[in-house]
Amino acid sequence: MSTPHPNRDPSALFSGPLAWTEDLTVRFGSRTVLDRVNVAVEPGEVVTLIGPNGAGKTTLVRAVLGLVAPDGGRVLRRPNLRIGYMPQRLSVDQTLPLTVRRFLALWRPVTTDRVAAALEEAGVTRLADSAVQTISGGEMQRVLLARALLGEPDLLVLDEPDQAVDVHGQAELFNRIAQVRLRRGCGVLLVSHDLHTVMARTDRVICLNAHVCCSGRPEDVSRHPEYHALFGGHARDLAVYVHHHDHAHAGDGKVVHDHDGDCCHG
Amino acid sequence: MDEFVIRALLAGGGIALLAGPLGSFVVWRRMAYFGDTLSHSALLGVTLGFLLGVNPMVGVMVVCVSLALALVALQRRRHLAADTLLGILSHGSLSLGLVALAFLETLRVDLMAYLFGDILSVTDGDLMAIYGGGVVALTGLALLWRRLLAVTVDEDLARVEGMPVDALRLAFMLLIALVIAIAMKIVGILLITSLLIIPAAAARRFARTPEGMAALASVLGILAVVAGLMASLNWDLPGGPSVVVAAAALFLLGSLVPLRR
Repeated sequence: MSTPHPNRDPSALFSGPLAWTEDLTVRFGSRTVLDRVNVAVEPGEVVTLIGPNGAGKTTLVRAVLGLVAPDGGRVLRRPNLRIGYMPQRLSVDQTLPLTVRRFLALWRPVTTDRVAAALEEAGVTRLADSAVQTISGGEMQRVLLARALLGEPDLLVLDEPDQAVDVHGQAELFNRIAQVRLRRGCGVLLVSHDLHTVMARTDRVICLNAHVCCSGRPEDVSRHPEYHALFGGHARDLAVYVHHHDHAHAGDGKVVHDHDGDCCHG
Repeated sequence: MDEFVIRALLAGGGIALLAGPLGSFVVWRRMAYFGDTLSHSALLGVTLGFLLGVNPMVGVMVVCVSLALALVALQRRRHLAADTLLGILSHGSLSLGLVALAFLETLRVDLMAYLFGDILSVTDGDLMAIYGGGVVALTGLALLWRRLLAVTVDEDLARVEGMPVDALRLAFMLLIALVIAIAMKIVGILLITSLLIIPAAAARRFARTPEGMAALASVLGILAVVAGLMASLNWDLPGGPSVVVAAAALFLLGSLVPLRR
């Protein structure tokens, strides 16, 4: 088992968020995928991005990771912030003979002891000598968690785990991530469709539909029309605190303002 | 054994040794057609070398690298699929090389030797180029090995980990160009890719690690060179094609071997 890492990091001396965006705007061609988005992840906080398909969740995550360049606004991180990224899927070409153990050692120089510890923390020690092409989607998710942990991340970033992973496996993965967060004190930014699995284990929910529709604590139960519009029946027993209840969505997802033009949202 | 046979074995063996690990990467990265395209452009490089009065190998390097960069630029525009672009560049550059060669009326070039190789006419200078270039290429590959593997597995993950992905891809293209430049004389530009990919493909079934596959590919490549050369000498067959036929035969034999699962 690995030891806790309280304040092990020089960046912990900084206060404020680990990573944040300022009016982040991303366009693909003429389509505005992200429209002046402001989000932040604080140390030790689990932030969940939800929103319908095409809402820009993955694009937002990729921008925070530095994989997508902003067309407007900025993405900012603490100096020397270490990000552990778990992509939604990873398939390794059949032609490449690669065991799980070896896969974990590709990303930085690591000792076999540290690889073993990461495998144990992610609960996949038994897979160490399996070929990466032979393990299941759920097992790969945990291997990717182990990989991310080897980088001693300050911020863990997960894209929407693959649909191939069953609900039970999903829940178990999130439990592990919750444990990791408690043990290591890292922030978590995750993208999800599956509200039920995620809501109970998250500190803050950001509801995204190109712009930030609403955000807040999942336990601050309220009924937000936009949230319901986006998620329909699924939203019934889960609701989100609302702080921007001053616009509505037209049929095409565009924001229709019902107030004067002094708002700061989309 | 005659001296020219020894030189041929040393040259072919050196190329096969180098082709093992590099060819494995070509297979892992699905770049077989890319390697073919680069090697087809080599004839243009030879012609340019003659025109400018520099070593043909330098000409080949320059043309291969320019072509690789042109390909990267064209792929960014995404109007055409990669295999279409490769087809255009591959046959376009090969034909341009043939046409340019025809313009050099004063120059008598043994075209067949460039297309299919002439392993039995290897000079000491060729050997020095092969082993000098080979040491450079293998050292470079060894230094970049882990990071190239990481980029091969997933470019996004490598980027997030702060690896210089574009520089690594470019370095890999340079290594391929270098191998093409020094192997051209031995197997010819039409057959270089086969020496890269066939031994690596034959090694895949028996390998548990990337390094194991690379090493076995080198061994199988050297076996193919020895067998092909011996066949070539005994039955007066063309050298380069005989080596490739031997490699293909090894691949077939290997795929018949039953493996314990």
